[in-house]
Amino acid sequence: MQDVVNAVVLLTNFLVVPATAYGCQLALGALGVTLVYGVLRFSNFAHGEIMAFGAMVTILFTWLLRHWGVTLGPLPTALLALPAGMAVTAGLCLLTDRWVFRFYRRTRAQPVMLLVVSVGVMFVLNGVIRFVIGPADRVFTDGARFLFTVREFKAWTGLSEGLAVKTTQTLSLVVAVVLVAALFWFLEKTRTGKSMRAFSDNEDLALLSGINPERVVAVTWLIVGCLAAVAGTLYGLDKSFKPFTFLSLLLPIFAAAIVGGLGNPLGAIVGGFVVAFSEVLLTYPYRKFLAYLGPEGWRPDGLVQFLSTDYKFAVSFFILVVVLLVKPTGIFSGRSS
Amino acid sequence: MSDARVPFSVRVAQALRTPRKPVLFAAMAALICLVGAGQSWSLALTILNLCLISAVMTLGVNIQWGYAGLFNAGVMGFVALGGLAGVLVSMPPVRAAWHAGGAGVVLALAMALVTIAAAVLVYRRMRQPAYRKLAVALVVAAGYFAARGLFEPAVRAIEAVDPSRTGYLGGFGLPVVLSWFVGGALAAGAAWAAGKISLGLRADYLAIATLGISEIIVAFLKYEEWLSRGVKNVTGLPRPVPYEVDLQATVWFREWAASLGASPVDLSSIVVKLCYAGLFALVLVVLMWLAEAALRSPWGRMMRAIRDNETAAEAMGKDVTARHLQVFVMGSAVVGIAGAMLATLDGQFTPTTYHPLRFTFLVWVMVIVGGSGNNWGAVLGGFLVWYVWVEAEPMGLWLMDFLTSPLAADNPLRIHLIDSAAHMRLVVMGLVLLLVLRFAPRGLIPEERR
Repeated sequence: MQDVVNAVVLLTNFLVVPATAYGCQLALGALGVTLVYGVLRFSNFAHGEIMAFGAMVTILFTWLLRHWGVTLGPLPTALLALPAGMAVTAGLCLLTDRWVFRFYRRTRAQPVMLLVVSVGVMFVLNGVIRFVIGPADRVFTDGARFLFTVREFKAWTGLSEGLAVKTTQTLSLVVAVVLVAALFWFLEKTRTGKSMRAFSDNEDLALLSGINPERVVAVTWLIVGCLAAVAGTLYGLDKSFKPFTFLSLLLPIFAAAIVGGLGNPLGAIVGGFVVAFSEVLLTYPYRKFLAYLGPEGWRPDGLVQFLSTDYKFAVSFFILVVVLLVKPTGIFSGRSS
Repeated sequence: MSDARVPFSVRVAQALRTPRKPVLFAAMAALICLVGAGQSWSLALTILNLCLISAVMTLGVNIQWGYAGLFNAGVMGFVALGGLAGVLVSMPPVRAAWHAGGAGVVLALAMALVTIAAAVLVYRRMRQPAYRKLAVALVVAAGYFAARGLFEPAVRAIEAVDPSRTGYLGGFGLPVVLSWFVGGALAAGAAWAAGKISLGLRADYLAIATLGISEIIVAFLKYEEWLSRGVKNVTGLPRPVPYEVDLQATVWFREWAASLGASPVDLSSIVVKLCYAGLFALVLVVLMWLAEAALRSPWGRMMRAIRDNETAAEAMGKDVTARHLQVFVMGSAVVGIAGAMLATLDGQFTPTTYHPLRFTFLVWVMVIVGGSGNNWGAVLGGFLVWYVWVEAEPMGLWLMDFLTSPLAADNPLRIHLIDSAAHMRLVVMGLVLLLVLRFAPRGLIPEERR
């Protein structure tokens, strides 16, 4: 019996906890992509860089706060700097819309043109980020590292397997839940939120009923900027901040948004967790887990790993392929054409 | 222009357009000569060679974007496959590695093919949809584990063979020029798979699917050491042109150098680069001729019709998805050829150098700046943007040094700015792309009206 409990604890420690934190980060990223898609009707290739930009601004403010001697005790100082990061990133989104995207919206350009334009924005942001903070790896988390450690957990339970939860992982979950709850309250209950959904569902009808499109677009960019800054910061806190990782995050984020159904916010959240859990499930070596469940003293020969961790990104791609082949509209029936 | 009252500005633009092509290409040649005169001729030829390769890549992307409006976000992957072809074709085979695990790897690959065939067969034969999916999943799972069971020991055996020097299967020891064809074929195969999945759905899906495929191809090349040596890199690919040291050793060459009054070392490097330039230019001319012929043919007319109005073309009985797949495969094959040429020029295969900004999105800047839909424009874009990309680094450094000269030499801000100057070229490229899209969306050499 104790072996079974140990096995469950092992999986929780190495699989459930990290995948949940990663899922929260992906879900926040995918929400941004899906909102832009729903309201502005294009896939924003610059989203990864917007996330990186948000994280960078937060890091700069964190350094400033620490320079002033302000910290949050056990929590990372970055949490205090996050609102500033969100505000600056939202401002950046509004500016890029004003300077770049608005023109193509007014001329009713093809969505694929907007996609190419977003590549230009990606280049500029990528350059700016490297210029300001440099291409190096930055660790900016501080405060208590763990909510509880393996040793503490073992002392409480007397099990031989340990469980540790990092502060940043807890923070990912809490912040994501709060933010998503606020977002859904906004979309479902407020007048502006309803007009956003109406605009996303049927642009012509929404315009006929007197919804101001520029206002809807501005509010969307505000929300997208805030979400991206939070997603980037949480990812950076949990792993580390490295400017070019955000470009490769684009694939899992888009996979999550498409799996859930592009344009559907609930789908983006579900998609984020589907992608995160599949990535971790398929690259986790089950050797020790099976050793607990099997007969005494037996161990599997290999690592019992479906895919090597090097192919993490292949998982999101395979999910994407399966969804495109089986149900191109995604789980929650977003748009496919 | 059917309208009789053509505005003056349009008439001026039309008058300018006629000689625009030769003027722009002459200006480009002058820019390269400027490097030759100002910096060194060897550097100018290096830039020229990479310009030629970039032009081939741009031609491939233009076939997809300009002819058909397909957004390929995975150029990097196809370039990398071309590089792999360079290794597989030209490197000598490692006999010990083939002996240790060649059979196992071949068997595993055969097993994978059998699994796919079996899955397709099951899918076609079974009628009950509920059981069918389950059966296909079971067949795939069983095949996967069987193939892995054969594959893993073989790979371990191969990678154990003299890991510091080989540790991979090697290639076929054939002339490296053959790899240009093989690279095109490999890229075409990958493009066929990607296109089959994502074409016919909305345009964004192709972009995202190709982005994914390119990431996976590069990851594959980085980690499958038995095939490509992975991050240990393959160096010393055989050359299609003579080596500098061999030239310097020959008598006629030294006499020739003496008669020109140049040092044999400098002259040999220039001659080798000129040989490369000749080969690359030949490829570019052939591809350009083919691309132009295709664009003028009824097929090209059909592609334009599809691009400009898919619904109308479909109503005329054109199979839009099939044509898109065709043009996507063709364009990717050209990109693959360019990738193989790049590996040939570098003389090495280094998977870590494949970065999406450099190999996917920079190529996009080239196409857009040059003029999407016009092959000449694409080639010019390839030349110009590569030139700017290379020359922006010293220029940016110089500019930053000049701008920050009021600050003291040990000022931390100045040091940071000068250190980061290299990143400014990304900003410059992005701005160029945005400005061209906004103010000259048809590029330097716009598409001709036909």
